[in-house]
Amino acid sequence: MATSTIKKKTAAKAPKVEEVQSNGAQAQRLEVLKTYKLYIGGQFPRTESGRYYVATNRKGEQLANVCTSSRKDFRDAVIAARGAQKGWAAKAANNRGQILYRIAEMLEGRRSQFVDELMKQDSTKAQAETEVNLSIDKLIYYAGWCDKYQQLFSSVNPVASSHFNFSVPEPTGVIAAIAPQNNSLLGLVSVIAPAITGGNTIIVLASESKPLCAITFAEVINSSDVPGGVVNILTGKPSELATQFAAHMDVNAVVFCENDELIQKDIQEKASLNVKRVLLYNDVDWFSDKGESPYFILDTQEIKTTWHPIENIGSGGGKY
Amino acid sequence: MRATISVALLLGKIVTLMFISNDMNVMSSNTLPDFRISPRIDQVGIEERAKKFTTRSIKKETKVEGLKMVLNMIDLTTLEGKDSEGKVKQMCYKARHLHDAYPGLPTVAAVCVYPSMVKLAKQSVGDSGVKVASVSTAFPSGQAPMSVKIDDTRFAVESGADEIDMVISRGKFLAGEYNFVFDEIAAIKEACGEARLKVILETGELVTYDKVRRASDIAMYAGADFIKTSTGKIQPAATMPVTLVMLEAIKDFYYKTGKMIGMKPAGGISKSKLALHYLVMLNETLGADWMNNQWFRFGASSLANDVLMQLVKERSGVYQSADYFSVD
Repeated sequence: MATSTIKKKTAAKAPKVEEVQSNGAQAQRLEVLKTYKLYIGGQFPRTESGRYYVATNRKGEQLANVCTSSRKDFRDAVIAARGAQKGWAAKAANNRGQILYRIAEMLEGRRSQFVDELMKQDSTKAQAETEVNLSIDKLIYYAGWCDKYQQLFSSVNPVASSHFNFSVPEPTGVIAAIAPQNNSLLGLVSVIAPAITGGNTIIVLASESKPLCAITFAEVINSSDVPGGVVNILTGKPSELATQFAAHMDVNAVVFCENDELIQKDIQEKASLNVKRVLLYNDVDWFSDKGESPYFILDTQEIKTTWHPIENIGSGGGKY
Repeated sequence: MRATISVALLLGKIVTLMFISNDMNVMSSNTLPDFRISPRIDQVGIEERAKKFTTRSIKKETKVEGLKMVLNMIDLTTLEGKDSEGKVKQMCYKARHLHDAYPGLPTVAAVCVYPSMVKLAKQSVGDSGVKVASVSTAFPSGQAPMSVKIDDTRFAVESGADEIDMVISRGKFLAGEYNFVFDEIAAIKEACGEARLKVILETGELVTYDKVRRASDIAMYAGADFIKTSTGKIQPAATMPVTLVMLEAIKDFYYKTGKMIGMKPAGGISKSKLALHYLVMLNETLGADWMNNQWFRFGASSLANDVLMQLVKERSGVYQSADYFSVD
């Protein structure tokens, strides 16, 4: 078993040989292949467990060796996300918007790379281009929402005492999400964008069968002024990590997008430990208009109500 | 020129010797070593050795027992300009009730406060067995006249402090005035009376391991009950290699005089894993006799909560969040 894995590794890494002209002579150049690592706390570590699996396409061709994240990687990511959360939430709303816009710009600049990767993972060229376009547009969409959802979801409430009573949304904190499994980029973006728009930090487990775009997207995030730890991307097995995501007491919300009832039940049970939010997006079509909405932002917000003592408000004739 | 210096040194030594023999009976031998020739430290060697202690694997019940021992060795500390009575009371409560949801936990060893808060701290810890330690001698810089330092110490002791954490005059030490440092420690030891004296070397300002070793020797021969790495106000604070240098000094002192000296690394130890590494180092350097809070302490403010989180994790199997543990 061990030997065959090693053989596979070599096979997956087998470089393509290109011929390049060098000083007029024929020279052979080895193609430099990317090592797909994790993205935790603004850095690209390998999994501490040393485990990996081979990502393949539908024809069974080997695409890359991908890290199989462990519980420890997840814990490290939670520490990074918790550390970054306060600072991210404290950023001016419009600054968060600028940073999301920046992610979109960076993604636009590397669109061909993403199209390539999607095509390697069984998309047609048209499908791949649509997915990349939608992903970029979605980031722009949420960038715009950064300084607007607060007004929409806030309220001034009528109360019968001398208080100015108002409710505002606040980020819930650290979110652990398992990205949609049936696409490589759009699902990932659809889960990350509303969470960070709302001032949360996120740990997201990429699609197990289509992991390539996730780490490349991490490179995009890493070059977009997003502080380290705000977005953390893991690759590996949802079946292995879902329980951990749901049980960790320092996680405030769990997102799961598949129709797997066993895992859903497990998540709900474990999440009850610290009553974290459980968000099951199993019937959302991320390609449709329904795949983007300010209500995805609201899903990871807590509503805080303030009772502010004031002089008798009725005396002025005003009414709330 | 050279003759004058050696005469001065000689004089200094005679004065200190007299001081010692008059006021204390710490010395089992009558001769003080020449502190200028304290053993030299092999920097690479000590760092390699310190790194080795981090490779021990401590799991399950051993880990739980180790963590409980760590809790019991903590000097819960607040040394801020903004310390208020409320803050000190709160911390003393925490010292006695670390995490009531986990029955059977030990208390911490002591609370560590400024002299002005000692009385309040003493009342607040009551009869729980938690000791009150007070920093003194113009903590953290130590830049004050001798009379002020002695008054500072007496005030803390009279207010009820069980332990005194003094700082050495690093400026004088670095200028080579070892006799001054020695005499100062001896004088404070006298002012301490019954209270145990911890001598803070502030290793972050001593620059080299050689100097740390020399300062440790001076402190121990001058009457320290404990030697302590740092004030926590200077970076770097406690590190494993620097603590190892001091532990080795304690070992040598013990072999020479038969007297046990305590060790207190302080500052920068905020994770339970690191604290366990320190315990491993202690056990493998000084042995089981030192493995209790009579002879070893951690000076820390945030370590306790991390240890508690690890303990609860071991019991529940679930990784914990700081949200569910009292801040202080």
